[in-house]
Amino acid sequence: MSTVDYAVTELSAEEQILARPVRSLWTDAMARLKRNHLAIVGLIMILFFLVISFAAPLIAPHPPLKVYRGMSQLPPVFAKVSESGVKADPRFFFGTDSIGRDVLSRVIYGGRASMLVGIIPVTVILIIGTTIGLISGYAGGWVDNLLMRLTDVVYAFPDLLFYILLMITLRETYFGRMLGGMLLLFLALAVVSWVGVARLVRSEVLAIKEKGFIEAARSVGASNSRIILRHILPNTLSPLIVWAAFSIPRMIIVEAVLGYIGIGLRLETNDNAFFISSWGGLMSTGQASITSQPWVLLTPSICVALVVLSFTFIGDGLRDAFDPRMR
Amino acid sequence: MTLRFIARRALWTIPVLILIAVVTFVLMHLAPGGPWDKDPGKRNVDAITLKNLERLYGLDKPAWRQFTAYMIGDFDHEGEWKFGAIGGNLGPSYRQRGMTVQDILFKAPAGKPFTESRFGYSVRLGVLALFLAMIVGIPSGVIAALKQNTWIDYLVTLITNIGVSVPNFVMGIFLVILFAVQLKLVPVAPRTWTDPRVWVIPSFVLAFGTMAYTARLMRSSMLEVMRQDYVRTARAKGLSETRVVTIHMLKNALIPVVTILGPALAGLLVGSFVIESMFAFPGIGREFVQSISNRDYSMIMGTTLIYAVLIVAANLSVDVVYGLLDPRIKIK
Repeated sequence: MSTVDYAVTELSAEEQILARPVRSLWTDAMARLKRNHLAIVGLIMILFFLVISFAAPLIAPHPPLKVYRGMSQLPPVFAKVSESGVKADPRFFFGTDSIGRDVLSRVIYGGRASMLVGIIPVTVILIIGTTIGLISGYAGGWVDNLLMRLTDVVYAFPDLLFYILLMITLRETYFGRMLGGMLLLFLALAVVSWVGVARLVRSEVLAIKEKGFIEAARSVGASNSRIILRHILPNTLSPLIVWAAFSIPRMIIVEAVLGYIGIGLRLETNDNAFFISSWGGLMSTGQASITSQPWVLLTPSICVALVVLSFTFIGDGLRDAFDPRMR
Repeated sequence: MTLRFIARRALWTIPVLILIAVVTFVLMHLAPGGPWDKDPGKRNVDAITLKNLERLYGLDKPAWRQFTAYMIGDFDHEGEWKFGAIGGNLGPSYRQRGMTVQDILFKAPAGKPFTESRFGYSVRLGVLALFLAMIVGIPSGVIAALKQNTWIDYLVTLITNIGVSVPNFVMGIFLVILFAVQLKLVPVAPRTWTDPRVWVIPSFVLAFGTMAYTARLMRSSMLEVMRQDYVRTARAKGLSETRVVTIHMLKNALIPVVTILGPALAGLLVGSFVIESMFAFPGIGREFVQSISNRDYSMIMGTTLIYAVLIVAANLSVDVVYGLLDPRIKIK
């Protein structure tokens, strides 16, 4: 009797293989990503910045625009006493700026603009670039040729100069004022960056198009749109995700550079507005008082550096996770 | 074959430059307000003066004519032919009266050599930064590769990762606050630039990103060369380790670094405007940022064109150098 029981509970070798969990490219990649400590640290940091910037009203210790009279130029708590002998106040952790606004609260609110400048244009660019890249790579012919010539020219255009030009010339127009200049910045970023995505997707499509499974799909009568959406698109996703992880910090840096040289976002001055400050804008005001109050410049700069580094860690981690050979 | 490749590649820069000029010009025209609207003195320019000013600067002509006048040349209000940008004439500055853009950027003060001009200052800073990047970047990359997976390698990798991903100007801010504000080794905005010591921090700050990139490139290139058969052969022949490293490895591993020299210099020249404003450095970068806040449109356009030429030339140089080194790369 006991031998029968034994046979029932134990799986045969064949069943054991079937019972093993299915591991797709994605679960494999996620498993590898989880083992990458730097990427996890980056991920946690980004989550942290996202939470504090979007829950800013709950987290910021002071209203970001409120001027505390007689409290200006306070040094950060850890510096204790500033150069000019002003004592730090524990209520203002990173000190106050030259007119008495809390630096920490302004930096927390500033994260919103930077995070959105990172995420929204990248999403829009991904959609536009992927669509064009798919069409161009799949259709070939003159569409493809046109796209390639266009990307050559856009690649040759120095992008930071283009951002600067666009921001200076159009910032006074109606469009330039919309959403505090946010739309103009998104447009500038998108115009330059979509070609990179389109080129990336196109080259992927060209490689995938020749694979056997596409031929198989076509032979069973799958339509072009089905082949593109169900068979080609999913296979282009991993390089796109890596591209996004490296591009978000690039966008954040552009906002910071533009803000720093004084042509960044135009920020609203009422307390209920969503974009009250941005890291680039804070750096610009900080530069003016670099010798007397370096902390006003230092705090947003550290935030930019941390966010950029975190995204780079995530990007590196994702790249290794999707393609372990590329290490 | 190679000559044809270079010629084709060089010709391709012409439409690119024209496009850059057109985009710049169109954007300048879209900007609301004329050059005298934001007069710092808030002078009220009456209608007749305005008309005369416009005639003087050729702004009464149609837009396309202004563009060709700016780029190629045109007859001025006295009927005399004046060359445009192709003849080295970038037009009068709207803000600094009586000065042309090219004078401001390229002319040194009376009796001084060309290196004392704004452009000369920027070139000196850029070259110094490139030199620093190489003498620090190359050895650290080589050492990291030779001591792969030791703490030296990890340290170099960590620093280069930070240097490559954290933008130059943010790194600049940290280094300025550290060296100039906290340690007071150099003044934040030196009065004169005759003392060589004040050049060290700005050029180091400017060089940091390139330094990290060079070190990283050198490390990976060394690692690849180290695994080559000819290195094993050299060792097997019984050559000394120094000879293997210097003659067989370094010489080959340096090739990728050599190819980035041109673009790196262009990148340092173009990317220096934030660093220049930070230190109040008298180069074209600071002039560019100032012209942005002054809305000195002719200056903005002139500087943009100069920067664009530099970048396009740098890109061309990479393609040409790669084309010469790698016969597999061919232009379609």
